[in-house]
Amino acid sequence: MDVSQYLDIFLDESKEHLQNLNTSVLNLEQDPENADTIGEIFRAAHTLKGMAGTMGFKRMQNLTHDMENVFSEVRDGNLKVNAGMIDVLFRCLDAIEGYVTIIGETSDEGDNDNEPIIKELNDILAGKGGAEAAPAAGEKPAEEAAAEQPAEAEAASGWNMADLSEDEQKALEDAMLANKKLYSVTVTVQENCLLKAARAFLVFKAIEEFGEIIAANPSTQDIEDEKFELEFSLIIAADGELDPILKEIKAVSEIADAKGSVFDGEAAPAAAAAEPEKKEEKEEKPEETHPAPAETTAPAPVKKEAPKKDGAQPPAKAEKKGGKPAVNRTVRVDIEKLDSLMNLVSELIIAKNSLVSGATSDSESSSNLHDQIDYLESVTTNLHESVMKVRMVPIESVVSKFPRMIRDISKQLNKPMELYMSGEETELDRTVVDEIGDPLMHMLRNSADHGLEMPEERIAKGKPEAGSIFLDAYQDGNNVVIEVRDDGNGIDTDRVRQKAIERGIMTEEQAYAADDSDIINLLFMPSFSTAKQVSDLSGRGVGLDVVKSKIEALSGEVDVKTKLGEGTTFTIRLPLTLAIIQALMVVVGGEKYAIALSGIQTIEDVDPKDVKTVESKEVINLRGTVIPLLRLDNILECESTRKPDEHMIVVIAKKGDKQAGLVVDQLIGQQEIVIKSMGKYINKCKFISGATILGDGEVALIIDSNALI
Amino acid sequence: MANELSTNVNEITQYIVIRIGQEQYGIDIKYIDNIVRMQQITRVPQVPAHFRGVINLRGEVIPVLSLRVKMGLAPDEDTKDTRIIIIKMDQHEPIGIVVDSVKEVVNLSSSEVEKASFDKNDERDAYASGIGKHETGLITLLDLEMVFQGL
Repeated sequence: MDVSQYLDIFLDESKEHLQNLNTSVLNLEQDPENADTIGEIFRAAHTLKGMAGTMGFKRMQNLTHDMENVFSEVRDGNLKVNAGMIDVLFRCLDAIEGYVTIIGETSDEGDNDNEPIIKELNDILAGKGGAEAAPAAGEKPAEEAAAEQPAEAEAASGWNMADLSEDEQKALEDAMLANKKLYSVTVTVQENCLLKAARAFLVFKAIEEFGEIIAANPSTQDIEDEKFELEFSLIIAADGELDPILKEIKAVSEIADAKGSVFDGEAAPAAAAAEPEKKEEKEEKPEETHPAPAETTAPAPVKKEAPKKDGAQPPAKAEKKGGKPAVNRTVRVDIEKLDSLMNLVSELIIAKNSLVSGATSDSESSSNLHDQIDYLESVTTNLHESVMKVRMVPIESVVSKFPRMIRDISKQLNKPMELYMSGEETELDRTVVDEIGDPLMHMLRNSADHGLEMPEERIAKGKPEAGSIFLDAYQDGNNVVIEVRDDGNGIDTDRVRQKAIERGIMTEEQAYAADDSDIINLLFMPSFSTAKQVSDLSGRGVGLDVVKSKIEALSGEVDVKTKLGEGTTFTIRLPLTLAIIQALMVVVGGEKYAIALSGIQTIEDVDPKDVKTVESKEVINLRGTVIPLLRLDNILECESTRKPDEHMIVVIAKKGDKQAGLVVDQLIGQQEIVIKSMGKYINKCKFISGATILGDGEVALIIDSNALI
Repeated sequence: MANELSTNVNEITQYIVIRIGQEQYGIDIKYIDNIVRMQQITRVPQVPAHFRGVINLRGEVIPVLSLRVKMGLAPDEDTKDTRIIIIKMDQHEPIGIVVDSVKEVVNLSSSEVEKASFDKNDERDAYASGIGKHETGLITLLDLEMVFQGL
């Protein structure tokens, strides 16, 4: 059986488990005695090891195995958690992450054995004083289970001779003649197991080391095709004892249980007779798994025993799972499929738009047509929404790695600090979430390194010794806002001014004439860093400019607010969706243009007499605010069709605190538009963010009001 | 066998013959995705003059290039014969080029193509990869790579 087809799932799940481990170990650091956390860590480590083993990644398996040993000792109370151990564990997690990354790139785990970490892990184990060698992973649970064995053994047989094919019966007889011992084994996989067939395959492999599988129910073919519920039964011919076999089976991860008994066609009814009460208790259950019990006579009740035993199992298991939240039900959808769905929706909207324009141009509009349009409109809107929802994922997947990062930085810089996060459940388009991780990381590092002062300085200023960094995400209309805030020293604008002068970016006069917000924007220029020292973390001047370009590539914007001595807030504003937007359609010089509605504040009717000139720029005074005027006909290189003395239509656009009035010739109205790329040949124009296709097939350009302000 | 021999000796390439001004040009048919009639072109501000704008080709927005302007000739005069040829080359995004008219498809064997030396400094010659000799006259074969270079 080929496991490569499971590589994707393996990678996804490994990352998930690693994330869980990181979070849990962080919790453990805060609360070293928490048994739930320890249990959770142990389970995650165990699963990770099993998965690595399944996929044949031996080095990764070895490392996780040793890590699991440490957790196992901690869980049993033989080892106490301490700071040194946490550090080693984190390094170990990083190493495992390294494996996962390499596997993701090359499908191979590479050849780094991570000996030093393994040695440290073993030192921890040895350090507990006892001479007891590291117990094999998975042995603990296996032993516990083994203790229950005698009680179950007699009931485990799920077979009778009638079920076996001729070949199987023949093999059985041969094995008996060869003086092999025959066992019947029922294996139960965990309910949330994703790769049942892969697990079953591992069980087969484990068994083959001891003996031969003679028969399987369902058939081996069905098992490989995953055509079984949670359990399958096997008849094994082996030379040795049963217990080691069961132990080995249970060592396979995600196997909930394995029960077995000596197989003997005649012995089965006897075992059943020994437990008549139990049999009656659960009479109702087994029909679904074994569809033809009526035809079998004596052995039939025995057959029911196997599922029944499982029925008795869950309470214990549920208890074990106690602290762990329910498995996250996720739908993995190929992004390409989603994109094509997205395109279909685009087409649908174009079709709708053409219907709309057809209806408005036709004066003898029948109500029927309008009903159809209404219907089409509601369908497309719903479709759009639901497709968008499929694409939305919570930003949690990105931000959950940050507490760990801040902890490491805190240690590295010897600066106590805490990260407080809120709004992790805020959802964003998948493509945006994938891209937002790096910029956020840069900003957090920036806050941790430059923003927060050293503890002595903080105490001197009367601030709490430990610095605080806040990461808040929330939805605001059609935008998602992510704020990175610290209570550090804020940005020293005078130092930035000096730096700008030193670098020759500004003359002295310019620097002192510029207001603080312009000065702060300098920080977003490439290779502009005010850090006195280049540290490992930041200060190389690559960072904020990367942040800015990344965010702008996602059609978002970054804003900084700072107060010297009190802290800095970076605000990232991202559009919820990228492909379909609400736009205001306008006409300039006879040409149609779209302006994204999200950037528009109001539309004003302005008398040309009210236009004033300040510093040779046209402005209007709108209810007390002075707003610069931008004549779109000049910017778009076309001729306005309006007479100079006519009243002007001014679209007031806003970008953060700034506003501008865009002068247009005519308003058409609001429309849902599909953004199309214009290709790289022709996108040299900064304030045109794309094009859209109108109902009549005409192409209209989309004006990016943010780029104009 | 015979077939193989003939193609080896005399490779045949199909060209679409177009007219720009008084001259005939040939475009290798394998690069041509589509030929559409003149339609409304949406002007794009602040782009070089040889870009006429963008059109809607079955839901995709495609830039349109004026070959005349690119070659240093007078701007296009759109007539009923004017066509937009949609070119798709491996390394380039689809692009439309405006031509005065599309005449025919010709088969030119390699023996009929002369790789003449051109004055690459001349705007028009810079875009030629060879001259095809056909019964309808001489056809300048367009070097599309050169046309798209530096767009």
